[in-house]
Amino acid sequence: MPESLLVRIEDLHKSFPGVHALKGARFDLRPGEVHALMGENGAGKSTLMKVLAGIYTRDSGTVLLDGQPIDIHTPHQAQKLGIGIIHQELNLMNHLTAAQNVFIGREPKGLMGLFLDEKKLNDDTAKLLAMLKVDVDPKTLIGGLTVAKQQMVEIAKALSFESRVLIMDEPTAALNDAEIDELFRIIRELKAKGVGIVYISHKMDELKRISDRVTVMRDGEYVGTLNTQEATMEQVISMMVGRPLQNYVRKDQNMDANPVALEVKGLNRGRALRDINFKLRQGEILGFAGLMGAGRTEVARAVFGADPVDSGEILVKGKKVTVKIPRDAVQAGIGYLSEDRKRYGLALGMDVQANTVMATIGRFLHLGTFLKKKPMADVAEKYINTLSIKTPSQEQLLKFLSGGNQQKVVIAKWLLRDCDILFFDEPTRGIDVGAKFEIYKLIQDLATQGKAIVMISSELPEVLRLSHRIVVMCEGRITGELSAAEATQERIMHLATLRSAAM
Amino acid sequence: MNTVIKNLFSAKARQKVLAFASLVLMIVIFAVLSPNFFQMDNLISIMLSTAVTGVLGIAVTFVIITGGIDLAIGTLMTLTAVMAGVFIGYWNLPIWLGVLAAMATGAVAGTISGVLVAKLKLPPFIATMGIMMIAKGLSLVISGAKPIYFTKYEGYNSISNGSFIDFSFLVPGLIIPNAVVIFFGVGIVSSIILNKTVLGRYTFGLGSNEEAVRLSGVNVDRWKVAIYALAGAIVGIAGILISSRLNSAQPALGQGYELDAIAAAVIGGVSLSGGEGTILGTIIGAFIMSVLINGLRILSVPQEWQTVVSGLIVIFAVYMDILRRRK
Ligand SMILES: Nc1ncnc2c1ncn2[C@@H]1O[C@H](COP(=O)(O)OP(=O)(O)OP(=O)(O)O)[C@@H](O)[C@H]1O
Ligand SMILES: [Mg+2]
Repeated sequence: MPESLLVRIEDLHKSFPGVHALKGARFDLRPGEVHALMGENGAGKSTLMKVLAGIYTRDSGTVLLDGQPIDIHTPHQAQKLGIGIIHQELNLMNHLTAAQNVFIGREPKGLMGLFLDEKKLNDDTAKLLAMLKVDVDPKTLIGGLTVAKQQMVEIAKALSFESRVLIMDEPTAALNDAEIDELFRIIRELKAKGVGIVYISHKMDELKRISDRVTVMRDGEYVGTLNTQEATMEQVISMMVGRPLQNYVRKDQNMDANPVALEVKGLNRGRALRDINFKLRQGEILGFAGLMGAGRTEVARAVFGADPVDSGEILVKGKKVTVKIPRDAVQAGIGYLSEDRKRYGLALGMDVQANTVMATIGRFLHLGTFLKKKPMADVAEKYINTLSIKTPSQEQLLKFLSGGNQQKVVIAKWLLRDCDILFFDEPTRGIDVGAKFEIYKLIQDLATQGKAIVMISSELPEVLRLSHRIVVMCEGRITGELSAAEATQERIMHLATLRSAAM
Repeated sequence: MNTVIKNLFSAKARQKVLAFASLVLMIVIFAVLSPNFFQMDNLISIMLSTAVTGVLGIAVTFVIITGGIDLAIGTLMTLTAVMAGVFIGYWNLPIWLGVLAAMATGAVAGTISGVLVAKLKLPPFIATMGIMMIAKGLSLVISGAKPIYFTKYEGYNSISNGSFIDFSFLVPGLIIPNAVVIFFGVGIVSSIILNKTVLGRYTFGLGSNEEAVRLSGVNVDRWKVAIYALAGAIVGIAGILISSRLNSAQPALGQGYELDAIAAAVIGGVSLSGGEGTILGTIIGAFIMSVLINGLRILSVPQEWQTVVSGLIVIFAVYMDILRRRK
């Protein structure tokens, strides 16, 4: 053996009811390397890592740590063996403080081991957060923090275990560029200390920046492992999807001749939104760019009636509409695909079919009361096919779908609703490249059909590639507007950091 | 002592200012409406009647913060009282041992509820409803459906009704019954457990996001059982208080107390969806309930209407809490 392996996983199998999630999966990890794990949504990446971290128990196969076979059944056992994990979904207790979250299960104790040592708890957390350069008071309640900060607290928590094996399942999904840089700096430090890191992400550029090797999985199976240095993106992508991808090219079109579908005038909401004005035309894709917290989601939520506004007018096809609650917006033909699908977009305890028809249930009723089974099933089937939603059946509960497939169900739900104006808020977050391209194509097709689309995304290449026009926001106000022809990453970033002189 | 006071008035407790203000307001209104209300012996009788529901409220507060519910506390209180009668009256154990044994009975019953909820994954509502009925039946079986009297056992009665804090030299009539002292003692100890110990931390953690606690490597099931057991033991204290006040264990009594206790917790700002609540809030909630009943009685409002008003107060209080939270 050329190098000693920290972890070696061989021929691992794991089934859930109706899903054979891992079929002979393989993986290994060397000390001091970052090993990226790639694959489409539902490929089994999270499942494989959850087996390693003691959250799921494998059906068969071997897991070796330092060459010794191990058999882990609880997260606690994994922690003791030095295996830490940052989960894909945030796992935080909103009612507890940042410090209490970080040290849950390992609270420092004072006085006779009976009482908690709150001071040490806060001090230790402050140190961890300072190391990550995160500006969070250890004593603030976690529920009140932004998703990005919550994610940083999760990362701090995982680091505090001083694990030898650290699994990061899409840690950057909610982070901005500066935060990602900090994370990568920490990862390099950990590497130097000999920690082995498993890095799961759908962001291809991160792969090149941080990883040493890449392993690709498809449909629960091992496809292959490459040295990142030698690998090309195209190679990795085709290993993931099993076919080469068509690149989507934007048609530079001017939409100014089209009738205005939505006009927003003088929208204000406290400090979050200040004097927002924009027009959206039929058939147009209007990109909203800006840093995390710039107020893009707030615009969408305000127009959709999800948050109350202080002032402002909304005109749909030239007619003023009053939007007080989301129902008003839906009736005016506005749909909103929320960025936080778990909290606002889906009923996780219900199945694919029920979620798909959720916003249009009125169309599937006999006598306004009884559900029409067959049409619901047909529609659900149609969207499962057109969006290639990976699910064993329509009756699968949403919580058992992988993150990316959940997102596709949200899209299906609003497509079915047939809105003329659609707000896509981070539609490709946590979605694999293959599915991303499908979603781009979908959004573009919708625009071609005459729908007016607002597309909010933190990934600049995505905004640039899709939008006909781009609105840039910073700190609650619109700082500029660029046509597709004028827009470049640099210009957008300039506008996105254009703070008002008054501040 | 300083930390205890700081504890009772921590940031979380400050949210309960609203409840406290309404309590004061109620007292002022009743005092204005009836000269009999603000009499020392009436105030003491309010405190005495709050003690039992208050202690039960504290017990259920732990369970509710985990996101659960405990319907068994009312009849379990009776069962522990009956068992105290058995231990002291039939087995002739010394009173202190009988008291401990009654608390142990509560803890065992709580453990069983906890196991049903944590290990067998029964919904807390169902598991504790079962225990509620079992406890009720067992109380009747063990006592032969007849009250067990403690009259022979001197001292038992004074656990509740005696008084070692006598301020009558300062204010005439200010003799605090032991039951009230015990009630506040339970409150202080519980508040410390809830805010300063690991058990308290997990109580909030479970109610906030049980899965996250589990994934952090905590043995969630074991702690849940411990929390239900603690609640059971506190219920045992309520059993002692009520039986010593009546100087007898009344096997038919008990059902309905659980709802008063839950109402007290909820009025005091304990969230039924878990993760939020304070002991001080529950204590204030219990006082609001008993001041209301006492005041209406003094104003000669018929009992039926007292119940109606209590119901309105519960709804109103929780709505106020929701409004406060929205801000
Ligand atoms: N608890 C569960 N019960 C049933 N099925 C599950 C469960 N967890 C995962 N699955 C299924 O197992 C398969 C693999 O899912 P997994 O979450 O590992 O995918 P993934 O590669 O992490 O995808 P993503 O990139 O979308 O996060 C999917 O088909 C998913 O629906
Ligand atoms: Mg995953």
